[in-house]
Amino acid sequence: MGKLYNAIFSAGITFVLACLMIGVKLDTDGATLGVTGATPEQWAWIFGGIALVFFSQLFSDQIDAAFRKIPKPQVSHLIPVGDKMTQLKPWLMAGVFVCMVIWPFMVSRGSVDLATLALIYIMLGLGLNIVVGLAGLLDLGYVAFYAVGAYTYALLSQYFGLSFWVCLPISAGMAALFGFILGFPVLRLRGDYLAIVTLGFGEIIRILLNNWTAVTGGPNGISGIAKPTLFGMEFSRKSKEGSTLFHEFFGIDYSSSHKVIFLYLIAVVLVAFVIYVINRLMRMPIGRAWEALREDEIACRSLGLNRTAIKLSAFTIGASTAGFAGSFFAARQGFISPESFTFIESAIILAIVVLGGMGSQIGIILAAIIMTILPELAREFSEYRMLLFGLTMVLMMRWRPQGLVPMKRPVLELK
Amino acid sequence: MLKLENVNTHYGKIQALHDISIDVKAGEIVTLIGANGAGKTTLMMTICGDPRASSGTILFDNEDISSVPTAQIMRKGLAVVPEGRRVFSRLTVQENLHMGAYFRSNAEYEESLAEVLELFPRLEERISQRAGTMSGGEQQMLAIGRAMMSRPRMILLDEPSLGLAPIIIQQIFSIIEKLRDDGVTIFLVEQNANQALRIADRGYVMENGRVVLSDTGEALLTNPEVRKAYLGG
Repeated sequence: MGKLYNAIFSAGITFVLACLMIGVKLDTDGATLGVTGATPEQWAWIFGGIALVFFSQLFSDQIDAAFRKIPKPQVSHLIPVGDKMTQLKPWLMAGVFVCMVIWPFMVSRGSVDLATLALIYIMLGLGLNIVVGLAGLLDLGYVAFYAVGAYTYALLSQYFGLSFWVCLPISAGMAALFGFILGFPVLRLRGDYLAIVTLGFGEIIRILLNNWTAVTGGPNGISGIAKPTLFGMEFSRKSKEGSTLFHEFFGIDYSSSHKVIFLYLIAVVLVAFVIYVINRLMRMPIGRAWEALREDEIACRSLGLNRTAIKLSAFTIGASTAGFAGSFFAARQGFISPESFTFIESAIILAIVVLGGMGSQIGIILAAIIMTILPELAREFSEYRMLLFGLTMVLMMRWRPQGLVPMKRPVLELK
Repeated sequence: MLKLENVNTHYGKIQALHDISIDVKAGEIVTLIGANGAGKTTLMMTICGDPRASSGTILFDNEDISSVPTAQIMRKGLAVVPEGRRVFSRLTVQENLHMGAYFRSNAEYEESLAEVLELFPRLEERISQRAGTMSGGEQQMLAIGRAMMSRPRMILLDEPSLGLAPIIIQQIFSIIEKLRDDGVTIFLVEQNANQALRIADRGYVMENGRVVLSDTGEALLTNPEVRKAYLGG
């Protein structure tokens, strides 16, 4: 009986919502506004949807049972454990790294470009992982630091002609500074309140970039940002004046794919660097303190830890990683505008962290790859991209709420 | 070692502690008993600096700590085991213990770890298990062990018997006595007056934010008023 009531109620809600959103439309008819109803075909779809909701609610138990029968993939037994793993690990890492370096020479330019994008998201995901996954501070304005990094490089390169390699650490430093300044007043907030304030901060940065036309170029953005060079060698067809060209120096024919591959390789190195640094940090006492703070603030204070300092360090390091990614993004695109740093970017990065499994680096790398490559594969459905995005999230939370590869901790083995 | 003089504490406008004066000497077990809402935990937290005392002085080793930041107080050789255990449930036992020695060098950490594991052999068995998967008694042992990792000269225990079976409570109390024999001063806040007074050198009784009685543990155990109020006649 309760089921039937529930089903009728859900169907009713669907009916009301569908009627309001699809059933009636406002049209301008000459100078007046007219209300037009939906076409018979649309009505058929609406009622089809209502029927679907009704029956799925009515038979929800059976559907759940069917869902449970779908086997959950067990990846854990694929990964060797214990001594074998510690022996294998360096070889595995070296193998992956070599594959990453060789791979671009064998595939098309488009896929190398896509891989570079995926690497940027990996960097962003890893950075946000420190803040959200380890320290447990929900940050919805992470893209602000990404924007700070990108604009730092773009502006320094435009106004002072500084090179990419000089600007890379400066961008990371600038983003860290912004993280520090924002973190100071904000980190006494917790949970939902922190999320709202960081969301606001993300918007402030974007609006600032949009309106400070004199410096940032406003909505027009900044174009013609210098590409990275290899020890001063450029990757263009013709040199400007005096600078050496990559293909001339090595005596090979010019190919536009050199530049793409070079950018990809920089991204690989940057990601490897970020992974290395974060891995070290996680093993240091400060990394454990982040997790401890997420678990229990009062216990942390009882041990003499300064919670503001710990939160601030997580926030700052997370932000500096975004700054890193941002300056590389600016160098790769050659053009940036506030359009690239909207809230949806923050949401995507957060989705990567949640999807991958909070705190787990492997999971986040996997999720970042999936989140960048899937939309490319599903180009035909680009209109429904956000719909698919939402659907994936709902299914993930139903099927594997702890993320793709949840963070692992040593577990006691029974001997 | 720890001396409170006329300490008053307020939560907003409400006064929780009235003119509390307490003295704990080095090497003692001093217990504080009282009914729910008497201000026991507030007193404990006031010593740690959160909430701050609105007036009065708190001396630890003859140094006034009533306006020192909490994080600094906890690094002065004072350790606290907060009420309700509060272990880091998703971290392993070893990581929990490591957090206790956050401000100490690796060599000192190894040394303290060996000592704590000797004191609690049960923790050694479970060293790489997540703290949240252990039983209440084991978590309490971990909480005490974690506090001991900083090698404190004095330890504040807030209701270590909370929610534990009588036999486990006995174990915990015998460990507390052992700690005292090792030279750690102990300030014990308890509801379980019977057990607490039995091991205590001296005790204070609190009621409505005031200290109403103070005497040796034995005397309080036999005091008719205390018996009536806390020990069931």
